[in-house]
Amino acid sequence: MQLAIYLALAHRAEQTLADSFRVVGEGHAQQPDVLFTCRTLAGMSDDHVRRLAPIVRRYGERDDADADEPERLHAAGLAEVRSGPVGLLRDLQDLHVLGTLVQTTWTVVAQAAQGLRDRDLLELAQHANGETSRQLSWLNTRMKQAAPQALVVAE
Amino acid sequence: MDRIADIWGPRTPHPRGTVWPARVDQYLADGITESDVDRWVLSACLLCSNGCGCDIAVKDGRMVGVRGRATDVVNHGRLGPKGLYGSTAWAHSPDRLTRPLVRENGELVETDWDTAMARVTEVSRRLLDEKGPLSHGFYTSGQLFLEEYYTLAVIGKAGIGTPHMDGNTRLCTATAAASFKESFGADGQPGSYTDIEHCDAIFLYGHNMAETQTVLWSRILDRTRAADPPVIVCVDPRRTPVAAEAERTGGVHLAPRVGTNLALMNGLTRELFANGWVDEEWVARHTLGVDDLRAVVEPYTPDEVARICGVDADDLRRAARIFGTSGAVLSTVLQGFYQSHQATASAVAVHNLHLLRGLIGRPGSGILQMNGQPTAQNNRETGADGDLPGFRNWDNETHIRELAGLWNVDPLTIPHWAPPTHAMQIMSYAEEGSIGFLWISATNPAVSMPESARIRRILSGDRCFVVVQDLFLTETARLADVVLPAAGWGEKTGTFTNVNRTVHLSEQAVEPPGEARSDLDIFLAYARAMDFRDAAGEPLIRWRTAEEAFEAWREASRGRPVDYTGLSYAKLRGPTGIPWPVNEDAPEGTDRLYTDAVFPTATDYCETYGHDLLTGASVTEQEHRALRPDGRAFLKGAAWTPPHEETSDEYPLLYTTGRTVYQFHTRTKTSRSRSLNDAAPESWVELSPADAAGLGIAEGDLVRVESPRGSIEVKARVGQVMPGAVFAPFHYGSAGDDPPGQANELTMTVWDPVSKQPYFKTAACRVTKLRDGDGPAPAPTTAGSAPADAGVPPTEGGAATTSRSVPTPAYPNDPGVS
Ligand code: SF4
Repeated sequence: MQLAIYLALAHRAEQTLADSFRVVGEGHAQQPDVLFTCRTLAGMSDDHVRRLAPIVRRYGERDDADADEPERLHAAGLAEVRSGPVGLLRDLQDLHVLGTLVQTTWTVVAQAAQGLRDRDLLELAQHANGETSRQLSWLNTRMKQAAPQALVVAE
Repeated sequence: MDRIADIWGPRTPHPRGTVWPARVDQYLADGITESDVDRWVLSACLLCSNGCGCDIAVKDGRMVGVRGRATDVVNHGRLGPKGLYGSTAWAHSPDRLTRPLVRENGELVETDWDTAMARVTEVSRRLLDEKGPLSHGFYTSGQLFLEEYYTLAVIGKAGIGTPHMDGNTRLCTATAAASFKESFGADGQPGSYTDIEHCDAIFLYGHNMAETQTVLWSRILDRTRAADPPVIVCVDPRRTPVAAEAERTGGVHLAPRVGTNLALMNGLTRELFANGWVDEEWVARHTLGVDDLRAVVEPYTPDEVARICGVDADDLRRAARIFGTSGAVLSTVLQGFYQSHQATASAVAVHNLHLLRGLIGRPGSGILQMNGQPTAQNNRETGADGDLPGFRNWDNETHIRELAGLWNVDPLTIPHWAPPTHAMQIMSYAEEGSIGFLWISATNPAVSMPESARIRRILSGDRCFVVVQDLFLTETARLADVVLPAAGWGEKTGTFTNVNRTVHLSEQAVEPPGEARSDLDIFLAYARAMDFRDAAGEPLIRWRTAEEAFEAWREASRGRPVDYTGLSYAKLRGPTGIPWPVNEDAPEGTDRLYTDAVFPTATDYCETYGHDLLTGASVTEQEHRALRPDGRAFLKGAAWTPPHEETSDEYPLLYTTGRTVYQFHTRTKTSRSRSLNDAAPESWVELSPADAAGLGIAEGDLVRVESPRGSIEVKARVGQVMPGAVFAPFHYGSAGDDPPGQANELTMTVWDPVSKQPYFKTAACRVTKLRDGDGPAPAPTTAGSAPADAGVPPTEGGAATTSRSVPTPAYPNDPGVS
């Protein structure tokens, strides 16, 4: 069964997203809403990672070399932020890309959970999927707000 | 009668369901008697959001006093200390601005209007050419008239096309508007003051009404002191007069730790579910989201709430029982919620309680999300706060086309491609240099915005050209590049709308001093000089007088929830102010909204598609449409999260700012009244007796209060705050080199994710004693800042006023027993 590979992917992608939210938040702390919202959103991903742990233990987490197809899907997180208004926009966009990877991963996992009639996993996948939507919605909202000023007038 | 000592005046108790008796309060300046008065001019008080109807006394071309209008539905003739003593004294103050000022070689120097306006338009034009509309920002007030806001909104949205326009209402009332939009689909006060006469219980959430709206509190006292009083429940970390009244009426005073309001609200909501106090049938028919809400509040058991908030679990249960079992409940909400952590979610939770019981739109069952400032409501209505005029939805193309048609401009001019920029973000853009032109009207952000040092730096820097128009050379005006002298209340004509939607006309009583001009005339002069045109090449703004501006606004309001089409200046000259909507269906106005339980949530009609209360993320049109709200109200909940700054060993106390009864806003007007100023002349800070003892501080000692952002040095009042908290009044600015006493030196730059209202009540601080005092703190003894030590002499000494009973007239929209 290949589900374990996707569980590993979910695990790593959520962890990467959580870490990246924190990096972007701290890096753009002069925008207080970015700082505090990124912290809150990182907390959501942390929570998903925590709740995934017992399920992963049940299925075993395969993150090994022979699973190299999904391995390629692992996206690198953000280690540092860019500066200035356009930098903020780009960083939010990167977070959005990471979030999309997380979301599609949960969609795939939810399908498998249905096939397996694994209620715990299905519930987690649906819950996490919903919260990832909230993360993505905020990123969208904040990018829309920042874009005109960053792209048209900022130096 | 000394209304400094006797804030609420004599009582006129009356039974439930009967009309509040009329009483006329009057103040005339020293030496003036009624027979000296040349004329009385129609107006309404502009010193808080209550909007008490009044007449201005004029003698020899000067405003010399005020008297309440017995026929006005809002105040039935009463006025409070601020209205009585503070309305007119400022007007002939010798330090009024009478000529425009421009900065020359670093100094502000007097000049004429042509020079000043040329300087403004030259920078404005150059930036529009070089950088476009996003280089312009406007920061306005909660104290102008409707006509002025609407004119400014049209200039900003259709002339320039910038989304960077906001009011200082962002600091005081944004959460009221945001919470209405989230729950009911559009702004609009559901309740009415007449609910006071019909209710069985009144809940005041973070609302020290006894000090912020004294006349409204008199109205409540006249019920609580009657034989069949309603029960009061008070949510406030200080033991205010409201808290005392709660105890007196057998209600509850809940004093949650600063930053935990939402946990408390979730606890109250959970009790309604747990005890079966939910009107399931009404909820099913008229609301959306009950299952999600039930799940969100489930963890907030009374014991859990007690742990988070530091309140007694049984007190919480008692408060919930009062809400759950009273026939009719009125709720009021103010800064204790709006300026605190998770503001919008907490204010929305008040709506949830009412919706769960179906207690809305019926006599006695109302919600009053209050405003701080007198004309904040108009700022929201006309779109000078960044919203679109008429509660239109910036995300709805049809609404944009309506406005484009009304103004005859290209829809793309109207900045709707991004959310309107809120005040704090405008300051950020000015700080970054991408806003190079900032026009500030009738407000004093150098005192009222959080983290004052940062705001002063932004305004005084040379990256941004700052225009300030005001009555006085305020702390903010001193930093400007151009200062324009404005006419104030009584020196110009216009309308404004109070907290419960009542529109008043305020007529010009006297000429403004020197060359001062009305804010309307200043905006019109700018529009003329900039030559803003519509698509047909005609002048964009075709009105020249306040009345014409009102008529233009009336058209903009047509068909929207905030419908003014049935109003005119002539109608407003009648005996009383009139609550909107006023139209063919409601020619005499509307006392209470949502009597049919149909809310403005339909996707094509609503003002917003809503937000995630935790993050502020926007709901999209498709998501909204899929829910098919169609007139049903939203029940929305959010989990409590810890505040952004918590206490530590270094900063062990919670810092919160607030108001005092004798001052208004940054004291531009109230400090110029001797009676008011003497009652609360300087800043102070309040500590609980326990904390004061631990720190070796006694009443009147000079202390330093520090947060990670700044410090103030003020005298200590050992008073009524809860242990662990420190309270400072926000009104006071820094005069010259004196030790700073300005409360906002300490506050954080952080805001609510939905309403974008800054959190003035979330900061940690430490307090140290500097030296012994030489007398009590300059804090009033009469209300929330009452001293623990009974030996402090009482606050008194206001000038004489009169108060006389008159026959109670018949008020439209105030039927009494039904
Ligand atoms: S309650 Fe407000 S509006 Fe009424 S007199 Fe007092 S300050 Fe003025």
